[in-house]
Amino acid sequence: MTVAPKREDYDVVVIGAGPAGLAAAATSAEAGLSTLLLDENIGPGGQVFRAIASTPVTERNQLGEDYWVGADLVESLRASNAEVIHRATVWSLDRNLDIAVSIGGASAFVKAKRVILATGALERPFPIPGWTLPGVMTAGAAQTMLKSSALVPDGRTVIAGQGPLLWLLAAQILRLGGRIDRILDTTERGNYFAALPHAFAFLTSPYFAKGLSMMREVKAKVQVVSGVTELAASGDGQLASVSYVAGGKRETIAADLLLLHQGVVPNVNLAMSAGVEHRWDELQLCWSPVLDASGNSSVTGIAIAGDGAGIGGANAAVVRGRIAARAAVEALAPPAAAKLKPMATLRAELAKAERGRVFLDTLFRPAPQFRIPSGDTIVCRCEEVTAKDVLDSVAIGATGPNQLKAYRRTGMGPCQGRLCGLTVTELMAQARGKTPQEIGYYRLRAPVKPITLAELAAVPKSEADIKAVVRG
Amino acid sequence: MFKRSEQDKRPPVQIFVDGVAVAAREGDTVSAALLASSCDARRSTAVSGAPRLPYCMMGVCFDCLVTIDGVGNRQGCLVPVAEGMQIEIQKGKREIGK
Amino acid sequence: MSGEYDVAVVGGGLLGSAIAWGLGRLGKKVAVLDEGDITKRASRANFALVWVQSKGLGMPAYTVWTVQASHAWGRLASELKQQTGLDVSLQQNGGFHLTLGDDEFGQRTELVKRMHNQTGAADYKMEMLSASDVKKSLPLIGPEVSGGSYCPLDGHVNSLRTFRAFHTGFKAFGIDYFPEQPVSAISKSGGEFRLTSPKGELRAAKIVLAAGNANQTLAPMVGLSAPMGPTRGQIVVTERTMPFLPHPLTTIRQTDEGTVMIGDSKEDELDDRTLKHSISAVMTDRAQRMFPHLARLNVVRSWAGIRVMPRDGFPIYDQSETHPGAFVACCHSGVTLASNHAFEIARMVAQGALEPELVGAFSASRFGTAGAANTSGY
Repeated sequence: MTVAPKREDYDVVVIGAGPAGLAAAATSAEAGLSTLLLDENIGPGGQVFRAIASTPVTERNQLGEDYWVGADLVESLRASNAEVIHRATVWSLDRNLDIAVSIGGASAFVKAKRVILATGALERPFPIPGWTLPGVMTAGAAQTMLKSSALVPDGRTVIAGQGPLLWLLAAQILRLGGRIDRILDTTERGNYFAALPHAFAFLTSPYFAKGLSMMREVKAKVQVVSGVTELAASGDGQLASVSYVAGGKRETIAADLLLLHQGVVPNVNLAMSAGVEHRWDELQLCWSPVLDASGNSSVTGIAIAGDGAGIGGANAAVVRGRIAARAAVEALAPPAAAKLKPMATLRAELAKAERGRVFLDTLFRPAPQFRIPSGDTIVCRCEEVTAKDVLDSVAIGATGPNQLKAYRRTGMGPCQGRLCGLTVTELMAQARGKTPQEIGYYRLRAPVKPITLAELAAVPKSEADIKAVVRG
Repeated sequence: MFKRSEQDKRPPVQIFVDGVAVAAREGDTVSAALLASSCDARRSTAVSGAPRLPYCMMGVCFDCLVTIDGVGNRQGCLVPVAEGMQIEIQKGKREIGK
Repeated sequence: MSGEYDVAVVGGGLLGSAIAWGLGRLGKKVAVLDEGDITKRASRANFALVWVQSKGLGMPAYTVWTVQASHAWGRLASELKQQTGLDVSLQQNGGFHLTLGDDEFGQRTELVKRMHNQTGAADYKMEMLSASDVKKSLPLIGPEVSGGSYCPLDGHVNSLRTFRAFHTGFKAFGIDYFPEQPVSAISKSGGEFRLTSPKGELRAAKIVLAAGNANQTLAPMVGLSAPMGPTRGQIVVTERTMPFLPHPLTTIRQTDEGTVMIGDSKEDELDDRTLKHSISAVMTDRAQRMFPHLARLNVVRSWAGIRVMPRDGFPIYDQSETHPGAFVACCHSGVTLASNHAFEIARMVAQGALEPELVGAFSASRFGTAGAANTSGY
């Protein structure tokens, strides 16, 4: 069923129905602002609460209590007057806050007084040899299937990488009766010491106890290899084995499925294409938007909430969504802000939700060899460009990702750099002895997701537009 | 590679993969249905012809590209299955008229 | 950065690279000074046609120059292939300009007539074809196509790979490429030029200004002028699809990779970071009327680029009277003319003087003090 937006203008348009977007839209609508929530997925929840309104997993404890928090958010949203459209892909957002959104193969155009981007995160690229083989997926992909279709691995399965999501996924797979043969933990040993100074905050955060019990639960059932320093997938047209080095010893195991995870990074494409300024975050090793305390970006009227504002996790995302929405209400309908939770309270909640984050970021900082590949390892999956190709381009004069595009087409495929951008920046920075900030990122433009040519052709045009093209 | 949990009580939906009937469930995405089936769902890339399966399942990697009801290069991980849907595993570049 | 060069080329785009490569080929010691990753680069935004038809209305010499470039492209492609192993996918089996409806067909017929009537214009066999004749070469055209003009000399190339081939070739010729070094000042003393960039000073016996629209600012530093009138153009590109288009069109071409490029607009706006979707809509709408099956393809990218455009649309090649050894080169059609730049302009620069019989018509002196109006230079 295709539903176009009911109006052409909204006070607030929220993009993304994950934790931040759900909270932002509900808050904004509750304060009486005309609010539109656009989301690409089939239902609400984003990634962390994926399929929250439709999951076939009925045994609640299998997904964990943190998951079901999402149901309350969806309920508040539904109780509000916010207009919600799913399977709606925003393909353009500009400085004038004009939004183009593809719904059911046709585009609609809406204008907002305020835009709250809640486009969340995606998994950090994990460019190891063989990562494009069928049978190699992200851990998030497996979790998506688990939540939305109650699907679990049943072949020989290896999970490799690091970070809280990896352990959560492993626990969920086991609870649903899935198979895991081995977990390869790539956390660098040195990170434990680096993270120590931040441990107190973490110990008093809600992550600590939950994380510990989950790891215990998994380790009781699965062989865990820690200190993995090398990792490669191989097979002929299909994953056949995973080889790794731990403690200086190489081992190879047969596998049908390899699930990779080394944290998540902001999904920056839409924000960058709108001209939002981003900076390289040296701790989280990714691009993060430059924001004020209310989430306002460098583009007037565009705020960013949730993991797209810098990785903070689901609890922080919810609060950031409320803060951004409250700021919009304060700007557009100040009296209505009185109905909402005071900003000071929200900021205190955010500080609490962000407790322990530095510890996690430091402990789970991915090792260089898993971020910066070499040789024939593919960097750009779409255009099939290897690390060596990138380095060859640097040798003939490529200074940054955009000149590299001209030489090698990296980032020019359908994913538009989402799976190679960070790798390219870090690889070029290393090769040129520069910082990632100095190297920069792809220049991104609409459409940020592919749309059909007919859809673009249907955009309303003026006489002047025709004159600019038809010139005899 | 994946199996369904017994607690999944969603109604069945029949789709066709290269003409062969495949049992999916209501609410599955095309990619999830393919990965849950016994079909060889590997597409081949438009660049080198290398085999691929879905990688991210969240709409960003475009490795789930598939022909759905005659329309090529669709992101299978974002499209829910529907009764009678015709899926074709895509080999190489998108064909003319698909 | 130190050392002496025979020639310093300012600008590392397709035009500067072609000239630098051509100079290196002649054994000259060459330095190329270029900007960085983010700058207005026509070489990254172009449509990649090697195009003859309709070029030179109002300036017969430009027609002759273009036809010569078209003929020399094969040699350039094969030399690049031999040197770098890179196939730039040159295809020169003729190109079309399609028309939609009777009015456009009439206007195009008129243009073809004017081109043929131009005194001194080389005969390059541009002709009008009916829709049914077009269909023989392009079977997938839609019912709205009323016909079009065809020129057997037209073609296209992979322009990004050409760019890469030139830069790859630099290494083999010992050409020094210095990116992130925009030139801010040029002076001449003791018989050599001194070029100032943020990283220091570079000395060379001769210089070639090939900095695109920035030539307007650089040229007066050495007694030259380059009046520019840049415009913006948008391009839309689709995902890869099976080959369907055996000939390039003025506004649609299928790359060797399989993507379909759709051009182009001409706008006064000069911000290349923004896009006007309504203009892309006109372009794509026309494309789907020309080839209805394109409607279903996915658009994966679109961009805006700033054309390098001398004020009257025709190239500028000039040498300085006051600063002997200083040359300026800029033009819109950096892809089409790459062969001439690599072979002819490089040769003349190496010799120390432009040859009036070949490029005399392109001196900026034609602008006088005011600068002429924009005609159909491209």
